This record gives sequence, C-alpha cells and structure tokens, in this order.
Amino acid sequence: MVVWTESELSIINSIFSSLDYEDIGPKALCRCLIVYPWTQRYFGGFGNLYNAAAIKSNPNIAAHGIKILHGLDRAVKNMDSIKETYAELSTLHSEKLHVDPDNFTLLGNCLTIEIAAKLGDGFTAETQGTFQKFMAVVVNALGKQYH
Amino acid sequence: MLSKKEKELIIEIWEKLTPVAADIGSDALLRMFASYPGTKTYFSHLDISARSRHLLFHGKKIVQAITEGAKDISQLTVTLAPLQTLHAYQLRIDPTNFKLFSHCMLVALACHMGDDFTAVAHAAMDKFLSAFAAVLAEKYR
Repeated sequence: MVVWTESELSIINSIFSSLDYEDIGPKALCRCLIVYPWTQRYFGGFGNLYNAAAIKSNPNIAAHGIKILHGLDRAVKNMDSIKETYAELSTLHSEKLHVDPDNFTLLGNCLTIEIAAKLGDGFTAETQGTFQKFMAVVVNALGKQYH
Repeated sequence: MLSKKEKELIIEIWEKLTPVAADIGSDALLRMFASYPGTKTYFSHLDISARSRHLLFHGKKIVQAITEGAKDISQLTVTLAPLQTLHAYQLRIDPTNFKLFSHCMLVALACHMGDDFTAVAHAAMDKFLSAFAAVLAEKYR
C-alpha cells in the first residue's frame, strides 16, 4: 500500500488545484506526440498529426488531453486507493486500446515538463520528487491489469 | 537524428545557459537526487545539499561538458573521449542513471525557460542528451 505523508498529499493537491486542465491537458498530450512521435500510433483516427503545428491545432487531440487530466484528477481525489480507482481504466488500456504501458511514463514526463514550465522556480526539487512519486503510482496502477 | 535546425537550436540554448551553468547543473542534480534517491549513492563522498560548493562545482562541470559537446554534435565521440574513459573505468556509473539525469536536466531547462522550452526544443534536446549519454557509455564494454 502506498503511504503518503501530509506534506506529499498537500503538494499534490496544491499542484493540481493550480492547473487549468483545459490548458495543460492539451499541452501535455501535444508535447508527448511531438517529442515521442511513435506515440502517434495510438491516435490514427484523430485526424491530421503531420507536424507540430498540425498536432497543436488538432481539436480531437486537445479534447483528449483534457480527458486525460480529468482522469488524473480521479487519482488525486482517491490518493489512498489509486490502484482500485484505475482498475477499469487499466483493463481498457490493455484489452481495448492495446497501449504499451511504457507510454504512460512518456506522457507522465511530458506532463512534468509542462508543469515545470508553468511553475518555474516554484516547481522545486522536493515538489518534483513528490510529483514523480505520484506519477509512478499512477503509471503502476494503469499497468496493473495487463497480462 | 538531428536536423540542421535542431543542432543550431541546441547550440543556441546551451550558449545562453553558460552564465548560469552552475545553477542549471546543480538544479538538475538536486532534482535527480530528490526524484531518484538511488542516484545519491554515487555521491557519498561529497556534500550534495542545495547550493553546496560541491554541488555547484559538479553541476557546472556537467553543463560545460554538455555545452562543449553541443558545439559539434557529429564529433561527440572525439570530444567526449576523455570523459568516456573516466566514466567507464573510474566512475562506473550505471548508464540507466544517464537517462534519469537527462530527464531532470530537461525539467531544469523547463523551469528556467518556461514557455521558451517549446515541444520542438524539448524534442531536440531530448535527442541530443540521449546521443550524449550513449556516447558516454561507449567504452563500458
């Protein structure tokens, strides 16, 4: 079972309440598709992903980015039961979407970078450490139902 | 594979960082120690607390080496030859850690550059740091 200190819970809640999901969601997903182009394999039906400009102006990608952030919000609201909260999502990603779980880390890295760019010096080493712990738990939970 | 534009962008970014090399380098190291505690084991002989003399000195050294490598990416194997030997035979840092450090360097760059650290710049930098790490590990075996 994951143990969270008061400080860690406070840091995670503080980060997410400072985020505009409609802004950072699309940015994080776009960054992932641009920096790790092979991740585009999962977005074949989303329209034009030909170059960075096309990706950034693609409304389907933007909508999906927002969806992802709201998905993360569920973990934030259920810090003590992330594995259970994500059981269904994990099965979905494995059985229906067939997403290689290594990709979760890639998207997580891009979200980290977007948050770092937004918070600047406010994203201290300690804050990053806590955020990375959270993302590691999320990634682990999303991969749990793969077999 | 790095395009001509990407190589120019990389040189531009690192040259701009030269005056704050110690800050960026030590920030990246500190982030790595906070996120991946196992990496601290390579620094048990140093004081790696925030803003310590050792941390700033070390951070500066790393950023200077990266900046030097960026000047002619096609010559990385030549430029890094002495560092290759150092890491392979003396430091023997497990190469998985290069990936962890690169990630934290990217985060440090994002914090420092904000919106200027665009997805395109990020992609170029990630590719460069991966190539740099690969060359650094070449003499390991």
